[in-house]
Amino acid sequence: MIMSVIYFLLFLIEPTIAYDTGLVFITMLQQVLPALGLVFLLLLLANLFLDPSRVKRYLGKTSGISGWIIAVFSGIFSVGSVYAWYAMLSDLKKKGMDQQLVAAFLYSRAIKLPLLPLMIHYFGVAYTLILSLYLVIFAVLNGFLVGKSQGRPGES
Amino acid sequence: MPTKHELMPALQKTFHALLQMLPIIFGMLLLTSILVTLFPREVITQLLGQGNLADSLVASGIGSIAAGHPIASYLVAGELLSAGAGLVAVTAFIVAWVTVGIVQLPAEAMLLGVRFALWRNLFCFLSSIAIAYLVAFTLKMIELT
Repeated sequence: MIMSVIYFLLFLIEPTIAYDTGLVFITMLQQVLPALGLVFLLLLLANLFLDPSRVKRYLGKTSGISGWIIAVFSGIFSVGSVYAWYAMLSDLKKKGMDQQLVAAFLYSRAIKLPLLPLMIHYFGVAYTLILSLYLVIFAVLNGFLVGKSQGRPGES
Repeated sequence: MPTKHELMPALQKTFHALLQMLPIIFGMLLLTSILVTLFPREVITQLLGQGNLADSLVASGIGSIAAGHPIASYLVAGELLSAGAGLVAVTAFIVAWVTVGIVQLPAEAMLLGVRFALWRNLFCFLSSIAIAYLVAFTLKMIELT
C-alpha cells in the first residue's frame, strides 16, 4: 500500500521516471511468477505434512548430536511467524531445552525451503546450495557461541 | 496420501499465506524498480559493488534493520545484483535480513531472555559478513576448478 502511494507520488512528480519504473516492474514480475508457482506448491506440502506439535515432540526430548541435527532440520522445515516460534521455544527452554539448540533452530530458519526456487532464479543453483550449506554450518556455530555466552545450559 | 478433509484446509491455508505474500512481493518489486530507475548503476556499484568490508557492513546493517518476509530480501538482493551491487554485499544483505532481527528483538528478549537475544543477534550480524565472503570465495574456487 505504502509503495503504491510512493509510486503514485512519483508519477505526479516525475511521470517519465514513473513510466520507466513501471516497465522495469512488469519485466521483473514476468520473470518472478514461475518461481512463485513453485513456492506455492512447496508451501502447500509444508502445510499438509508439518505442524508445530510434531516438531516440538522431537525437539524437546533430545540432546547430543541428534539434538543438533533435529534442531537444525526443525528450523529449516519450520514455517510461520517467528513470534509463534519464540513462544514455543520459550516454553521448551523452561522445560530444559538447551539454549544452544534454541539458537541453532532460530538460525536454521534462515533457510526457507519453499523460497529456494526464487533464490535459484536470481542467484543460480551453485550459489543457493553453497549459501544453504554455510547457513547450516553457521547455525551450529551460532548455537555453540550463544550457548557459551550464556554460561550453563538452561540459564538466560 | 492426504484425504480431502486434510487437503482442503491445507489449500486454504496455503492460498491465505500466498495472498498475504503478494502485497509484499508487489511492494518490494515496485520499490526495487524505483531504486533501480532512480539510482544509476554507477551509484549502486559505488555503494555496494566495491567488494570491500564497507560494502558488507552497509549491506548487513540494512538487512539487520529491514523487516518483512524473507521473499522480499531475495527480490531486492537479486535485482540489486543485476543493477551492479557486489555478490558479497547482496549475500550479507540476505543473510542479515533472515538471521538478524532488530525489529523482533524486544519480543525475542522478552520470551527468550535479554542476554540470549543480544548475543544471538550480534553473532548473527557478524556471521552474515563472514558467510558473504565465504560464499563468494567458494564460488570463485569452484569456477577455477
